[in-house]
Amino acid sequence: MSRILEKPRTVVSPEHCKGCGLCVMACPKDCLMQLATFNSKGYHPSSYKGEGCTGCGMCFYSCPEPAAITVYKKGAEYPDD
Amino acid sequence: MAKLILQKPKGFYDSFYRKPGDKENTHYCPGCGHGIIHKLIAEAIEDFGIGDRTIMVSPVGCSVFVYYYFNTGNIQVAHGRAPAVATGIKRANPNSIVISYQGDGDLAAIGGNNILQAANRGEHITVFFVNNAIYGMTGGQLAPTTLPGMKTSTTPYGRDIQNEGPPMKVVELLSSLDGPTYLERTAVMSNASIAKTRKAIRKALQCQIDGLGFSMVEMLSACNSGWKVDPKEQYKWMEEMMLPTFPLGVVKDVREEREGWFRETRTMTDEAIKQELDLTMPEPTIFPSELKKGSYHNPSIKLAGFGGQGILSAGAMLANAGMEQALETSWIPSYGPEMRGGTAYCFVNLSNKPIGSPTVTNPDVLMAFNRPSLEKFEAEVKPGGLLMYDSTIIDIEPTRKDIEVLPVPATQIAEDLGNTRMANTVMVGAYIAQTGIMAPAAIDQTLPLALKRKTMVDANKKALAAGVDYVMSR
Repeated sequence: MSRILEKPRTVVSPEHCKGCGLCVMACPKDCLMQLATFNSKGYHPSSYKGEGCTGCGMCFYSCPEPAAITVYKKGAEYPDD
Repeated sequence: MAKLILQKPKGFYDSFYRKPGDKENTHYCPGCGHGIIHKLIAEAIEDFGIGDRTIMVSPVGCSVFVYYYFNTGNIQVAHGRAPAVATGIKRANPNSIVISYQGDGDLAAIGGNNILQAANRGEHITVFFVNNAIYGMTGGQLAPTTLPGMKTSTTPYGRDIQNEGPPMKVVELLSSLDGPTYLERTAVMSNASIAKTRKAIRKALQCQIDGLGFSMVEMLSACNSGWKVDPKEQYKWMEEMMLPTFPLGVVKDVREEREGWFRETRTMTDEAIKQELDLTMPEPTIFPSELKKGSYHNPSIKLAGFGGQGILSAGAMLANAGMEQALETSWIPSYGPEMRGGTAYCFVNLSNKPIGSPTVTNPDVLMAFNRPSLEKFEAEVKPGGLLMYDSTIIDIEPTRKDIEVLPVPATQIAEDLGNTRMANTVMVGAYIAQTGIMAPAAIDQTLPLALKRKTMVDANKKALAAGVDYVMSR
């Protein structure tokens, strides 16, 4: 199932994240944070706070890992699970 | 149209088969600039639709594994040689998009001349030059781009410009050449600078797509592991340390002035190559030979003498003829820098089986053309082997009793024919007669290959025959 998003959002894949924190620094709306929990590699992955994303993509381009961050802009098809 | 979803670009492989286990992450450290730059390049490759004709040339350094990540053609090359290999690929495949991806140790140090020459030729390649001011993979040593005062594992007191010189500014250096079309330095250290880098990567690729010539983007990039700073501090570090030395911006851009062009591949036919090298000769004939003893089979031969005696040519006569007689052959010269008078050795293998090593340590056959060679190598001949020497100029005799010894007055025979320099050919004649390994006609037909002066071919045929006669009439 999928739906068309009315609000942009950022999804961080916790297992792809290496916890460098560059996306948190890059986000102009301060809507990303590093979790206190660990992923299986021992990193504190970043996570979307759930509010505030404008879909600017700064976090996506700041992130060194190919698959860690996906940004869905307004109107994008979002895969519901 | 602006994309609605920003996700892993199609310029990457779906899975990275670098090692068992994790197939979705790169091998880069957290916060590494390589990852960001990879993403920008992969995105451009996808957006430009050039994945099927792009060939990435990966360097030595942390980015050595580029070929595990990019869904393009890939080749990994020796340290610093990426621009040279990229040149070859592009010239052989003018329709391809060739990207040389290099770090600063690779490009500016060991590959310094490679990049200079490729840029000066205006090769139609794109170079993405990642400058993080340090040798990252090898453990944080000084690079040509290391900053003044910067501590590295090889500059524990910091780079002293009186000792190590100032950092090398590569795009400025290349901009003094007429060859390059587009040169820019960007940084990967903030949202704005990443956006500029993204644009520069696209301009550089477009430059190549349009056939406008050499393009390169130097990207200042973080190596927090090498610098020993926290990823969260790395951009502040870059601003304070790198920007004063490496100003950002377009250093050269003459895309407007250049007209796009695409090289036509030129390939030479085998015939044309032979013509060019003056190697035209009739289809070789295989002449029957009669080997005299079992031990003469598959000989390893060492020829030794002074430079100028034709040692290498004598070896080449045997090797060339051997090839045309359908034998496996090898020929390796070994000589000093002098054109005449230095030592000259040459190793030849002739075999009806594949040859493992072309070097000859203990020869089956030694041809000694001067006394020092006889003295030096007599002991190396295999028991039961054959030792031939020029008895005109060597005034001692071999002492070993467990080998066959054949003195040949090669220089005297050659002088009788009018030219002492043909002593080598006389010796070859004596050798084939003694062993029966090849018919004289087999050497005759390939003589022009071994002789630089083609006018000497007929005289050498006579010398060869004289060598044969000498042995046959003994």
